[in-house]
This record gives sequence, C-alpha cells and structure tokens, in this order.
Amino acid sequence: MTTTKKISSEPVIEVQDLVAHYGSREVLHGINLSIHDGEIMVIMGGSGSGKSTVLRHMLGLNTPSSGAVKLLGQDITRITSKEIDILRRNIGVSFQGGALFNSMTVGENIILPLREHTQLDEKTMQIMCRMKLELVSLAGFEDLMPAQLSGGMVKRAALARAIIMDPKLLFFDEPSAGLDPVVSAELDELILRIRQAMKTTIVVVTHELDSTFRIADRITVLDEGNVLMVGTVDEVRNSKNKRIMDLLGRRVREIKIDAEEYLNRLTGEQVRETG
Amino acid sequence: MRQYAEKLGRATVSGLEELGYALSLFVESFYWIFFGYRRGQSVSIAATFKQMMQVGVAAIPISAALSFAVGIMLAIQGIHTLKAFGAESQVVVGIALSVTREFAPLIIGILIAGRSGSAIAARVGTMQVSQEIDALQVIGISPVRYLVAPALLAMMVMVPTLTFFADIVGMLGGAFFSVLELNISMEAYVDRTIKALTVDDILQGIWKSIVFAIIIAVVGFINGFSVTGGAEGVGKATTRSVVQAISLIIVADMAFTFYLNH
Ligand SMILES: Nc1ncnc2c1ncn2[C@@H]1O[C@H](COP(=O)(O)OP(=O)(O)OP(=O)(O)O)[C@@H](O)[C@H]1O
Ligand SMILES: [Mg+2]
Repeated sequence: MTTTKKISSEPVIEVQDLVAHYGSREVLHGINLSIHDGEIMVIMGGSGSGKSTVLRHMLGLNTPSSGAVKLLGQDITRITSKEIDILRRNIGVSFQGGALFNSMTVGENIILPLREHTQLDEKTMQIMCRMKLELVSLAGFEDLMPAQLSGGMVKRAALARAIIMDPKLLFFDEPSAGLDPVVSAELDELILRIRQAMKTTIVVVTHELDSTFRIADRITVLDEGNVLMVGTVDEVRNSKNKRIMDLLGRRVREIKIDAEEYLNRLTGEQVRETG
Repeated sequence: MRQYAEKLGRATVSGLEELGYALSLFVESFYWIFFGYRRGQSVSIAATFKQMMQVGVAAIPISAALSFAVGIMLAIQGIHTLKAFGAESQVVVGIALSVTREFAPLIIGILIAGRSGSAIAARVGTMQVSQEIDALQVIGISPVRYLVAPALLAMMVMVPTLTFFADIVGMLGGAFFSVLELNISMEAYVDRTIKALTVDDILQGIWKSIVFAIIIAVVGFINGFSVTGGAEGVGKATTRSVVQAISLIIVADMAFTFYLNH
C-alpha cells in the first residue's frame, strides 16, 4: 500500500493548538493536526505520550483547556450537545477493548446505532448488520454474546458496530493491542479494505510499528504531549530525529540522570516544593 | 493544623461538587423523560419496565419477610413497654403509626440500597471500565437518557409501591403477634388500625420513600460513573454506594420526620 495519494483540499479533521490537562497537570502542550478526506492517519508514540488523550479530545469525550477540534468543518468544542449528537452519526469508533455492550448479543450491539438513530424496520437492520458482519468475516456470529468471542473477534465485531452507519470518519484505538501478529495483520488488512470500500477517513492510534507501516498514509509522532513529526511512512522511517529513532527501536533511549533532581525525587523534596 | 484545614477544605469542595453532580444527574434525567422525544431520544419504556421488575417485583419476597418480622418486633416491644402502664391494647395504634410513618419506608430504603443501589454502581462501574459508557457517548446515545433515566424512574415508582406493600405486611406481622398475645380478634385489630390511621400517616411514609428512591439511584450512578482503576475500582464503588446511600437515607429520614412533625 504505497499509493501516492493526492491530498484533497479541505481537511476533514483539524486539531488546532490543543492544550489538555488532567487535574493540574498539562499533558498536551498545543497539538496541531490536519487529516484529509480518505486518508489513513496513524498517531504513534511511546507509552504516556498522549495518544489516547488526543483521541478522546477528537471524539469529544474530554473537554480541552484551550484550542479547537474540528470534525467535518464543525468545532466540537463550541457546538451544542444536540449538534454534536447529529455529528456523531458520521463518526465510528472502535475502542481498545472493543467496548461491546456485554448485556447484548453481537447482533444487537451492531444494530444499536441504527435502532437509536434511524427509523428502519427490523428486517432492513438485520440485513445491514449481516452485511457488516460479512465484511469483517464474522458472518453467523450475530447471536453470540460478546463474552463468547475471542479477542480478535471482539475487535472485528466492534469494527462492524463502528461502521454500521457508514461513517465518514472512523477512529481506531490500538487495533493490535492484545492480538497475535497474524490476527493483527488480518485486522490491518480489514482496515485497508474498509477504506477502499467506503472511502472512509481513518485515524488509528497505536504504538505498533509493523501495523503503522502497513496501513498509514501519513504518521503523526507524538512525544510527551507534543507533535514531534508529521510525515509519510518513508519520511518517518528515514528521520534522523533522535527521539524518533528511539521510538523506531534503532537506538536505546539514553536516560539522563541529574544527580540532584534524582536525590530530590528520592527524598520527596520535589513534591513538597510544588505541593 | 494547616494540613488538616486543607484536607477539610478539599473534602468540602469535593462534597459540594458531588452534590452538584447529583443534582445535574437528576435534572438531566427528567429533561430526557419529558423532552427526549423532541430530540428523537425518548426514554425507553421497555428498559424502564425491565428495571421495575429487577428493583421491585424481584424484591417482593424479601420485602415481605423483612416487614413481617419488623411488625412482629414492634408488637413485642410495644406490648412489653405498654404493659407497665397497663395499656397493652394501645399497641395497635403504635404499630400502625410507626410502621407507616417510619419503619416501612426505612426498611425498604435500606433493603433497596443494598440490593439495587449496589447493582447500579457495579453495572455502571463495569461499563465505565470497559469503555462502554464512552461507546454510548460516541454513538450519540446519552448515558443519562439510556441508563440513568429508566433506573431512576423505576426506583421512583417501585420503592413507594414496595413501601405501601410493606405497610400492609408490617401491620399484618404486628397483628399476628398481638392477636395471639392479647387475645383480641383479628377483626377488632383491623378495625382499630383503620380508625387509628389517617391518609397523612401513609403519605408521610410514601413521600419519604420517593426521596429515598432518588438517593439510591443517584448515589449508585455517581459512584458507578466515577469508577477508575479496573475491577478493584468497581468493588470499591459498589461498597461506597451502599454505605453512602444508607447513610443519606437515615439522615434524610431524620430531617424529614423533624420537618413533617413540626
Ligand atoms: N484519567 C487520567 N487521569 C490522570 N492522568 C492521566 C489520565 N489518563 C492519562 N493520564 C496521563 O496523561 C498522559 C498521557 O496519557 P495517554 O493515556 O494519553 O498516553 P498514551 O500515549 O495513550 O499511552 P499508552 O500507549 O500507554 O496508552 C500520561 O502521562 C498519563 O499518565
Ligand atoms: Mg493509550
């Protein structure tokens, strides 16, 4: 998948100067991102770099301290909850653990968005559900409960639920987490197939390098709450930036030791000063 | 000392925050109940009925057993105390008033807090941990409309209903013991009970039970929604919700009783 895609005019997702806090701690320090129509953007970074936090802001699950998040031209930090509900019909999300509703069958899970947002009759909804299950290779599993599925099947069922409304934007949190390499590669194939079939813009958050290089059109590298780099797969691979080389595993990270700070940490001085 | 004051200050602020959150949950639930249809998001009647079955119908046997026992207990104590004044027969009035005004709502409140309040906290906490709440939100389904409103509504209907039921069973329990102990006829007992009771006595208990229902539901949901940290967090939230709900019920009961009888 090394298509040289034409970048179309208007970005469909735009994050501008996003600053976010958990409590009093600032975890995102002014993130800028723009993602174009039909593009697969992978947000990559080490543990704790802020990937999940960026994703939560793009989904409107967290409220930023400052900055804007524009989805399909609407700034979700400024619109009403009613407008955001309407916007959300164009958005699909597949969460890290699948987040299937445990009290419902797989089929009911997948149909839920249709049931809540459309007036379709039961038969039509069933058919749409089976079409999506077919797409994710889970045909015939609609009557099982989520607890009866394997990890890879849960992810695929979650994906089927995410795309049931044929969303324009699809968000994917850690698709490979907890899966073996083969299943993970299958899931990557599936993501590419969905983009091809539905022309969806896809944002994937992951720390898996193999997966990233397989599916990404462009990559955003996050590091400690900052965007380190945005570029194509080749640009990121060939980057001479030290931190990026660390992430790609070509170097072991140097650990700076400041003797005094270390001592302060051990004795708890630091805490008392700021607290 | 300063540390202590700071702690107290922080606890007050977080307490107030929780109270504000509780109020907003309550108000938002009623917004969805009354105006949800305008946004194409009505509160599901099926979900409400399902909750009613779980909260109310399934609790009938245990409610009956507890209130019958409390009725007997009141009769024993009442007869014992009144004997000193040679006024045992007045026990009928005592039982009727204390069951309807105090014991039935309290017993049912505590029972439902332990049974259904904890279930709410556990269910919602688990959903929070597994990101099901996030999933609802991004699908465009308000968790308050989808989860809170049906359960709150079911509580507000079923807890008073159970309380009324406990009124009757509790008085039956009292009658059962008194009839045997005092050698009066069941008819006479019922007759005197009806004479002693006013609609106000029964309503006082019912009003209380509605307040208890709101406390149980809101406390359960607040604790469930605020779960962090996996299965252990769910366990903590469940325990916390039962303790908080029962404490609040008892305090509210006292305040209510004071207010209604002054
Ligand atoms: N609920 C929370 N409360 C407080 N701090 C949090 C919370 N969630 C994340 N953080 C902090 O915010 C920072 C960014 O976390 P985030 O979860 O976004 O990282 P991540 O890149 O997704 O990491 P991982 O790959 O481990 O999932 C981290 O330092 C983390 O400790
Ligand atoms: Mg994460």
